[in-house]
Amino acid sequence: MKSQARIPTGRISDPGYPQASNPEYTRHHPRWYRRHMPIFWWLRKFAYTKFILRELTSQPVMYATLFLLGKVWVLSRGPEAYEIFVQWLSHPAFLAFHALVLVGLLFHTVTWLNLTPKALVLRVAGRKVPGWAIVGAHYGAWLGLSGVILWILAGR
Amino acid sequence: MPDTVKLEVFRYRPEGEGEPLYETFEVPYRDEWMVLDALNQIKDHQDGTLSYRWACRMGVCGSCGMTVNGEPVLTCATYLEPFLPGPIRVEPLHGFPVIRDLVGDLEDFVGKLQRVKPWIIREEERSPSEGEYLQTPEEMDAYKRYSMCINCMLCYAACPIYELEPGFIGPAAIALAQRYNLDSRDEGARERHEVLAEHEGVWSCTFVGECSIVCPKDVDPAGAIQRYKVDATLDFFRSLVTPGRSP
Amino acid sequence: METVHHDVLVIGGGGAGLRAAIAVAEADPRLTVGVASKVYPMRSHTVSAEGGAAAVIRPDDSLDEHAYDTISGGDWLCDQDAVEVFVQEAPEEMLRLEHWGCPWGRNPDGRIATRPFGGMKLERTWYAADKTGFHLLHTLYQTSLRFPSISFHDEWFVVDLLVDKGRCHGAVAIELASGKIVALIARSVVLCTGGGGRIYPFTTNANIKTGDGMAFAYRAGVPLKDMEFIQYHPTGLPFTGILITEATRGEGGWLVNKDGYRYLQDYDLGTPEPKPVKRSMELGPRDRLSQAFVGEEEKGRTVTTQWGEVVHLDIRHLGEKLIDERLPFVRELCRKYQKIDPVRELIPVRPVVHYMMGGVHTDIDGATPVAGLFAAGEVACVSINGANRLGSNSLTELLVFGARAGRRAVREAGDAPDRPPDAALTQALDMERQIHGNLLRPAEKGERVATIREEMQTSLEAHAGIYREEEGLTTARDKLQELRDRMAGVTLDDTSLTFNTELLHYLEVRNLLDVAEAVVHSALNREESRGSHQRRDFPERNDDRFLAHSLVRRSVEGEPEVELLPVTITRWEPAERVYGK
Repeated sequence: MKSQARIPTGRISDPGYPQASNPEYTRHHPRWYRRHMPIFWWLRKFAYTKFILRELTSQPVMYATLFLLGKVWVLSRGPEAYEIFVQWLSHPAFLAFHALVLVGLLFHTVTWLNLTPKALVLRVAGRKVPGWAIVGAHYGAWLGLSGVILWILAGR
Repeated sequence: MPDTVKLEVFRYRPEGEGEPLYETFEVPYRDEWMVLDALNQIKDHQDGTLSYRWACRMGVCGSCGMTVNGEPVLTCATYLEPFLPGPIRVEPLHGFPVIRDLVGDLEDFVGKLQRVKPWIIREEERSPSEGEYLQTPEEMDAYKRYSMCINCMLCYAACPIYELEPGFIGPAAIALAQRYNLDSRDEGARERHEVLAEHEGVWSCTFVGECSIVCPKDVDPAGAIQRYKVDATLDFFRSLVTPGRSP
Repeated sequence: METVHHDVLVIGGGGAGLRAAIAVAEADPRLTVGVASKVYPMRSHTVSAEGGAAAVIRPDDSLDEHAYDTISGGDWLCDQDAVEVFVQEAPEEMLRLEHWGCPWGRNPDGRIATRPFGGMKLERTWYAADKTGFHLLHTLYQTSLRFPSISFHDEWFVVDLLVDKGRCHGAVAIELASGKIVALIARSVVLCTGGGGRIYPFTTNANIKTGDGMAFAYRAGVPLKDMEFIQYHPTGLPFTGILITEATRGEGGWLVNKDGYRYLQDYDLGTPEPKPVKRSMELGPRDRLSQAFVGEEEKGRTVTTQWGEVVHLDIRHLGEKLIDERLPFVRELCRKYQKIDPVRELIPVRPVVHYMMGGVHTDIDGATPVAGLFAAGEVACVSINGANRLGSNSLTELLVFGARAGRRAVREAGDAPDRPPDAALTQALDMERQIHGNLLRPAEKGERVATIREEMQTSLEAHAGIYREEEGLTTARDKLQELRDRMAGVTLDDTSLTFNTELLHYLEVRNLLDVAEAVVHSALNREESRGSHQRRDFPERNDDRFLAHSLVRRSVEGEPEVELLPVTITRWEPAERVYGK
């Protein structure tokens, strides 16, 4: 709505935007300086690094999901196939790889669960549920489900 | 306590050498001084050419945001003391084209703010003689936090997405859109949806979360954006199962 | 030279300016409105107002009560016709703001809530926690973005008005980002530039409050009214001068001296009660409370700190819950700027320059004696504030009179000629030459503009503060003359055209000197004590001579001349101001 401004407004949509024009200073026309984002910008701050790691560790999450599906598929092909598969998995290289995947999964899970209160605003009996309760409920559900699985495994 | 402290100040003179540089100033150190007081000392007594913005010096006008030792802060509310013994590096806010020295160009934000329609939209407006729209304290509580934004631009400066994708509507503007969406007096959510739900709206945000950390008024724009994503997604699925209903 | 045309030009983008712009847009959407502001509108000083805005809404309140509180609070120097208009239109304006989204505090049933304030007999102060000005300004700004006929010149600094033969044709402005000087031509011009508290060193006022509009008007021959009345707010944080809102006292805070004694009882302000009593003790008017501080200081009963003498504001007994709910900003400010927590500690406070009751002489529609020129807000003197403004009347004032000035500007836009006279454009060219040719030319090093500013502020604080006398005022007058002469020898380090804030400071100090001159000359002329103007050499109110406004204008020879204009009395005969009874 800056209809009267005659210098480029600085808006991206404006054809006179900094990068688009006036590399040279001319009287009454500002020459903006725009910093370029370095490739390693995410090393600038620990918070950014953590963010990038959270994004990257979505790969282990994807891997774990596909792995689980693969396991079910192998299981459907009979006990021998499954035996061979398990032997494969006992290989030290695989064990090391899966240890890494586990670290990535835990990192992603923890950072992700910690963010849940931002996206979720709950009201119970007219009062706002505090953030720690939402995070706690998520962790509780996680631990509870893990416990159920362990119980099933132990009872086998 | 030292008698003086050194400031390394970002200088950019568009008419001169072209590339920016850092200039070092030594200012008296006082316990009660903020970074802004040190800049004022330079401006008034050492170098009148230093350019920066400030007004209220009580943390509410939002003018004096700068990058101090890498962090976006309001310089009127940031003591020198934690940075001792110095030097303290003062730069303009990241993410904005620099006009000169510590002055960034904020026109982009003003345009975006207008695009999200930050005003009460109603099908029928009531005249003042008919009295106030009733709003309980709980209803006010639903949007109050987002109404505290002072437009200081620290959240944009902290957002790497805005720096990488300058088209992104950005944290403050989206939080202000949500401020009106969640106001019980407003009926404009659908109009704002057109802007917020486009790629440059909420979906550009990958939830770095720094905007909420640096916010001096605890507005939590990151929360506002994630909530909008959840609501928009739910609306989308609802529109799939209920024919005739648009998102 | 470039020219930009608007139907209505609003100078200043604070509360009054935005309200005026919206009033124009609503009255006639075909008219174009330009808002020229030296800062982005949301930076304007309205943003700092804390406590609230007054308007009658409770069924047990009445317009007459509001008018009486205002008039007695102003020590009978208010124009009563203006006050009547003000209290009458206040509720509607405040409701309109509610409809635009302002988050006014509410009662549990959803209706508007009110709180008590100094000098008011009933709870009639609407509030948005203790950030009322902030919410009001942002609501107005965001609402103004709705109107396609309003365009903004953000960070354009107006240098002076273009006035020819008794009519205003616009103004000359610098676009800060480019250094370009532009003639803003308009059929009507509304001044909304706020006050000039920065003539003093210790003030709640933002750095930007340099009395620009008052100085423009003064130089254009428009009289300034009641400039000697400077309001000291009794509770500012020492060193920073940050305001601790009167709402702290409205909610029940106490002022105590170094012995923990509620000293206001010694100054004819009532007897202490544990709960707040309206128009009594801590809820007395600001002028009397600030004067009481000086009394305590002279008796040696204030507390000495590294920032000078203070008294204490005690809100500990209000409890953390109420403080966080009603006074969160006070807590935030104390923690951040004074490193104390008012929930557990005493707040050190002292009087601080806060508001100028005086300003550009206008009628009740904001019209000045110059055709096509209007004013509203702190820059104007309508006058509803008299010799002492009541807290929470100023936010309401900028809504009521901002809207009135905007509507009047629309009505009179048709009277303007279609083309401005050549003389106006010649003035604009002269200013461009003066700035680009003289000020921005590299010169041999002279004095710094900051030196002039500091000496002016020190002199005003010493001689035109809470108490004044002839000798001191004469000293200040001579000092200002000297500083004016020395301005010619000031040079700028900065000769750049891009965002030259030193040039800006130079032009602001020029404005401050004009405003300070008007203050000191008016104060010298008023040989009585009334409201915030207290003369040691004339300690009594003198209705025979001075039940009148001071009008100061600059003569053709450049000398200030003060004359008196009788106060308009409608229904409330002058009487003694009584508090605490």
